[in-house]
Amino acid sequence: MALTSEHITLRPVTKPGPGASRDEVVAFLAETARQIRLQDLALVHFAGAGHIGGDFSATDIITTLYGAVLNVAPDRVEDPDRDRFVLSKGHVAGMYYTTLAAFGFLPVADLATFLAPESKLNGHPNRLYVAGVEANTGPLGHGLPIAVGLAKSAVLTGSPRRTYVLVGDGELQEGTNWEAMMAASQHKLDRLTVIVDRNRLQQGATTAETNDLNPLADKMTAFGLAVVEIDGHDHGALLDALRADPVPGKPTGIIAHTHKGHPISYMSDNVAWHHGVPNDEQYALAVAELEALGVVR
Amino acid sequence: MTALYDCRDAFVSTLVELAAADPRIVTVVNDSVASSKLGAFRDAFPERLVNIGIAEQDQVGVAAGLAGGGMIPFVSGAACFLTARAMEQIKVDLAYSKRHVVLCAQSPGVGYGELGPTHQSIEDIAWLRAIDGMTIVVPADPVETAAAVRWAASYDGPVFLRVSRNPVPAIHEESYEFVPGRSVRVRDGGDVTLVANGTVLWRAIAAAELLAAEGISARVLSMASVKPLDVDAIVAAARETGAIVTVEEAIATGGLGGAVAETVVTEHPVPMAMLGFPGFCTTGSSAYLIDKAGMSPEGIAAAARGVVARKR
Repeated sequence: MALTSEHITLRPVTKPGPGASRDEVVAFLAETARQIRLQDLALVHFAGAGHIGGDFSATDIITTLYGAVLNVAPDRVEDPDRDRFVLSKGHVAGMYYTTLAAFGFLPVADLATFLAPESKLNGHPNRLYVAGVEANTGPLGHGLPIAVGLAKSAVLTGSPRRTYVLVGDGELQEGTNWEAMMAASQHKLDRLTVIVDRNRLQQGATTAETNDLNPLADKMTAFGLAVVEIDGHDHGALLDALRADPVPGKPTGIIAHTHKGHPISYMSDNVAWHHGVPNDEQYALAVAELEALGVVR
Repeated sequence: MTALYDCRDAFVSTLVELAAADPRIVTVVNDSVASSKLGAFRDAFPERLVNIGIAEQDQVGVAAGLAGGGMIPFVSGAACFLTARAMEQIKVDLAYSKRHVVLCAQSPGVGYGELGPTHQSIEDIAWLRAIDGMTIVVPADPVETAAAVRWAASYDGPVFLRVSRNPVPAIHEESYEFVPGRSVRVRDGGDVTLVANGTVLWRAIAAAELLAAEGISARVLSMASVKPLDVDAIVAAARETGAIVTVEEAIATGGLGGAVAETVVTEHPVPMAMLGFPGFCTTGSSAYLIDKAGMSPEGIAAAARGVVARKR
């Protein structure tokens, strides 16, 4: 079994126009996230590798960013004033590539090369290979410091752009994140938003069993961030939190409560699906569940 | 009495001059303004001195982000912490990401001799040589330090630049321009070649003078660019002089000596000696430790006699 072009069913999406209502935008995000999950599932199943659990906990966050928040477009990837998004949890590359393809940054057909020899789409994103990628990530704890630098450079150059960084919750066990949050507060980087994909699971166990992060909101608040907690699968809540005006002088922290493997019944909240690969039967079941979601909506 | 210089002064004055002309230039420090002698930069461009606090991994990551946002960051901190602490950020955020960031490694080698091996940085060059895409520059005097800073500001990629506090005499002409991968033949000779850089280059030149007095003609190559290496000059030295001694203020293996040896053994094997520190140093001034490791002019001359004797 190998991933081929026949497994690429995703079609590039068209974002709602500026006159679209919030409900229309939310419906668009929900359907786009569903399509991204379907395609990403195929990538992981047919390529035989990937990080499907984390992919699916973060899909709604990243879909919302690209679908309705980030001021960036495929023809503006070099624009100095574009918003910056740093995917710190770089191992969810399959889902990220799929999202970039959905929004036109990457030819959809390229997804068929995911993890193939010499492919630009390796297991962790590379900005030199894929347009729209802002940082080469993969080792945990790198994205947040980079995002601090991106946000600081906006201040230094007088650019109105915003910077968003998505970190995993297990990733917060790396001390660099806390160094960076201290610096972000010290430098009053209020155009920086730190999103935590709070799926409560890491590779081997729950975060609570490993190196408990709680009370996470209190910790981030103590480090000087203005923290909000939301349902990380609720596109309306994501939209409102990500679009909100920042608290002056404070970086924003969004703790997005999510489920690893969401919304697949046998994956959700199951640590075995950190980098599990669905077999044929599991794949069919997951596809059926995602397709049923589309019918319901 | 020869005038001696602290290369940090040339580093800072050049940086201030460049920053005045280019608003993209920023410094990123880890509470290291005083030890980097960056006071003049802070006074001239306070908003462009980005202090990240005592957090080197964050410091290098932030610099990568600043570069992504259009700035040209000069990251300044003690060489020992900047390299060892932030190695993965140097590898991934700078080299693998091809970011234009200049790492200004302060007081490298045994510049902090009395503070002991925790603060000495003899491993930095060997470590960074293994990273693809890094340019490694080890200037010998204030002129070369200033030239390297100027070049690094214009080069679109990651650079590791040693900035030493050890007092050194001026060696290079004021018109000197740094070119990566190009060495300078500061003294000609046909019996042996001394390849040196950094704060021990003057010692190699003094050794060549001692050797001349006893009839051994020593070529001296100033090899500030450890990576990329001036392979042609090394192969020519092997062919034309038949023996090589490397001299560096660093661990004796894996740095300049290792780079030269790799070239010599694959291109034109000749007797070699690699001078540097055999391992963790003891406590003492930089001059004391360098002398003790056999890199006094007399020590270098003795090593040169040794390789000359091994020539067939």
